Amino acid sequence: MIELISQHPFAAAVLALVSLGLVFGALLGFASVKFKTEGDPIADQVESLLPQTQCGQCGYPGCRPYAEAIANGDDINKCPPGGEATIAALADLLGVEAKPLDAVEESVPSVAYIREDECIGCTKCIQACPVDAILGSAKHMHTVIASECTGCDLCVEPCPVDCIEMRPIETTLQTWHWDKPAATEDIIASDRPSAKPSAAA
Amino acid sequence: MIQIRDIHGGIHPPENKLQSLGEPIRPAGIPAQLILPLSQHIGAPAAPVVSVGDRVLKGQKIAEAKGFVSAPVHAPTSGTVVAIEPRVIPHPSGMSAPCIIINSDGQDEWVNHQGISDYTAVDKNTLISTIREAGIAGMGGAGFPSAVKLSGGQDKPIQTLILNGTECEPYITADDILMRERAGQIIAGAEILRHLIEPQETLIGIEDNKPEAIAAMRAAAEGTGIEIVSFPTKYPSGGEKQLIQILTGKEVPSGGLPSDVGIVCQNIGTAQAIYRAVNHGEPLISRVTTVTGNACGSPRNYEVLLGTPVQYLLDQSAFNASDCIRLIMGGPMMGYTLQDTAVPVVKTTNCILAPTVEELPPPPPAQACIRCGMCAEVCPVSLLPQQMYWFSRAQEHDKLEEHNLFDCIECGACSYACPSHIPLVQYYRASKAEIRQAQQDKIKAERSKERFEARQARIEREAAEKEAKRKARLEAAKARQAEAVKGDSKQDIIQAAIARSQAKKSGDADPAQAAIARAQAARNGTAVEETREEKQQRLEKLLASTTKRLAAAQEKLAQAEGNNDDNIAAFRTAVEKTSAKLAATQKELDELKSSTDGAAPTDDPAAAAIARAQAKRSGQAPAESEQEKTQRITAQIASTEKRLAAAQDKLATAKANGDDKADAFATAVTKTQEKLDALRAELAAITPTTATPATPVEDDPAAQAIARAMAARAESAGMSEREKAEKNIASLQARVEKTAAKLRAAQESGDDNAEILATSLDKMRDKLTAAEQALAALREEEN
Ligand code: SF4
Ligand code: SF4
Ligand code: SF4
Ligand code: SF4
Repeated sequence: MIELISQHPFAAAVLALVSLGLVFGALLGFASVKFKTEGDPIADQVESLLPQTQCGQCGYPGCRPYAEAIANGDDINKCPPGGEATIAALADLLGVEAKPLDAVEESVPSVAYIREDECIGCTKCIQACPVDAILGSAKHMHTVIASECTGCDLCVEPCPVDCIEMRPIETTLQTWHWDKPAATEDIIASDRPSAKPSAAA
Repeated sequence: MIQIRDIHGGIHPPENKLQSLGEPIRPAGIPAQLILPLSQHIGAPAAPVVSVGDRVLKGQKIAEAKGFVSAPVHAPTSGTVVAIEPRVIPHPSGMSAPCIIINSDGQDEWVNHQGISDYTAVDKNTLISTIREAGIAGMGGAGFPSAVKLSGGQDKPIQTLILNGTECEPYITADDILMRERAGQIIAGAEILRHLIEPQETLIGIEDNKPEAIAAMRAAAEGTGIEIVSFPTKYPSGGEKQLIQILTGKEVPSGGLPSDVGIVCQNIGTAQAIYRAVNHGEPLISRVTTVTGNACGSPRNYEVLLGTPVQYLLDQSAFNASDCIRLIMGGPMMGYTLQDTAVPVVKTTNCILAPTVEELPPPPPAQACIRCGMCAEVCPVSLLPQQMYWFSRAQEHDKLEEHNLFDCIECGACSYACPSHIPLVQYYRASKAEIRQAQQDKIKAERSKERFEARQARIEREAAEKEAKRKARLEAAKARQAEAVKGDSKQDIIQAAIARSQAKKSGDADPAQAAIARAQAARNGTAVEETREEKQQRLEKLLASTTKRLAAAQEKLAQAEGNNDDNIAAFRTAVEKTSAKLAATQKELDELKSSTDGAAPTDDPAAAAIARAQAKRSGQAPAESEQEKTQRITAQIASTEKRLAAAQDKLATAKANGDDKADAFATAVTKTQEKLDALRAELAAITPTTATPATPVEDDPAAQAIARAMAARAESAGMSEREKAEKNIASLQARVEKTAAKLRAAQESGDDNAEILATSLDKMRDKLTAAEQALAALREEEN
């Protein structure tokens, strides 16, 4: 055997490379089966950053489809409920440039409210709500479970008697917090609006 | 003698304490009105136990603790509860919260109360609950319920009890004067705490800028084993964690509590309140508050009833509003601006500061950070304020948390030291709130996602189930068909049918069999023409059985109505259906008979009556006038519409419940809709002026509803005055009948709504009469 190899170096080299190739190929193949990742990890990560309002304002039927679209290269600035904060987080995750929001304005966090004495109990809103946040049964008054409502707006349109309205979430003592100071540090003193009159004088 | 350590950083702002120390504590008196917020502590707000109009006595509990971390509220003087409503409370937001408002009667009449003469003789839990019931909450500033601190740490051994008499913030002298004047009570309170906690050592920390207080306390603590420790003045040594570090050298871990390192820390004011509660049975109804600042003519300390409006205190202190640049609750470093002088003094209010412009000028505009590092030098927690400032501006929450933003005690030392006057601490406060908000949002998003996915799964499952059921039905039908074909293989299907129909004719055949045979025959397209007699016989039989069924159904309905059963509606539909079927059968039979020998005599008078009515309706009666027809069709449309609405509702419910009858209901809706359209078309044909737009039959019920509404509007637009009036009357009559039925039901069941129903019925009747009169007038005009 050794003699054979020493006599045919070329064949020996080919043989060695082929057998190495086979061994590593098998190893890689095994690893790819054994350590296969389920699902789409990037879409999962993206989805975890989206606000899960499920409102469809991004043009996709829910947050998951939009997350998948982003993973496949769609723009990251289509989610009005998430706003700038979500865009920044997405830009950070995907290593792309943050863009301004692709909508007129960031949607204010709000919650649906059913004017209960106007409700005719048609159950249409229940069918529209993506998170089952409306309670009621046929011909009976319906109401919104405010803590579960994502403020997605989807129940407003189907109501035949227009008794659902979106109310902005009010600040309470529990949710109140300090605002960030207006950053005037970056403007030199003489350029500040308040400093101008004295500078002109 | 204890060894004192130093803390990192710290600043030395002007102390400004002497102004308010010139005079002893003076009772502020009883204001005309007291405002007592239900939430003066950290934790759940208390729940009121008095109602408006109640007379309350001094010390009476007016709101009780709700939950473990909560504290009750007591009436600070006798008087009357005049309101329980939201009022502006002392809070940086300037928002309102529920308060109990008491108008004092000036008598200051105490409720029955009694102290515990020997607290060592009672159970510790009783003692703790006495403290809890007295409503004592940390009086140093945070307002954490004291009983919670005392009962929480029983599993962890406590080595050191620390009483905080530091009072490091400028201007405030409430604790200082309390130690000077009531050292005995404080030490007595400390003894109670010692008895409860059983620490190895008890330390009272006082900054060395209060020599009188130290002397008084030392004298009072003589021989008790309580050690009074004085240490150099520096802001913010009074922070709980900072004081612990100064006195013991131990550091409370990030995010941990003092009890994690075997220490309990209480304010000296709290100790005094505990003494009053235990030894005298007096709840926390007053506190010592400093009123100071150069805008006050006579700064001093007051013993203030909780709930006293700030304005009342300022009035006693020769306050000059025009000099005051801003009114601060708390000290100049950590206090907040009050927008309203009507806010009350609460358990945590240690100071009201009214500075002039010269004293506390508004901060000069912030300049760019020059990266001098002064902020990091003064931070008592050894944070990196400069880094955190940049991260806060860039919203980098992860980085902020990595830099231990949540360990920042918001002391403001960094802002004070910053030569660029950057309001650093405001950034940290805002960022903390942002991060907390983001965490909340994250939790909510998770839950929304879960709910969304659960719903999605449910919808899919329902669809799959429906599909499976449909398939099963299809299979079953196929199998049945195959069997039928196999069973009839010997004979021709036609022959079988004939045989069966003949058998039936002979009277002893199974009617179900016959029906199946008929259906089968019809499906195979080989139905045999029934002979006239056969048909008549069959119809008569059907008529008889249907009449019987109708009677039974009516009986059931009557019974149900008597019992006020839930199933009334179902029975009613059953009766309706059965009578409809009866009418149809009767009609068929009549037709059959009239085509052979004209009217046939019937035995059953009821059936005869029905037959007559039927005959009349089906056009044997003298021709309807155009008007009558219009009216009839309009009425029919109305009833069909009602039926359609009912069917749609059923469909919606079925869909919502995932009922498998939804398909059937959908067909029903479509059919009813078609019928309605036909009727409308008929109506349009009669009244060519009335253009009824074709109603699109769509699957979407909303679209249908809109279409219906539009059609109705178009119809009424095209109608003449009189037609409108007629329609109006028809609908009014229907409503009157319905209401009358409801009223009867309500009266039977003794419902409270009966009265309302009766009134509305009267109103409707009035309307109906008016409408009828209007119609009569119209008719006259026309004729
Ligand atoms: S209640 Fe309305 S707004 Fe709220 S989640 Fe449901 S559909 Fe959206
Ligand atoms: S859609 Fe409107 S009317 Fe129908 S149940 Fe909902 S709230 Fe009531
Ligand atoms: S003290 Fe002010 S200027 Fe100096 S490093 Fe800190 S933030 Fe910047
Ligand atoms: S406010 Fe926070 S960061 Fe600034 S000095 Fe105090 S503890 Fe340090």
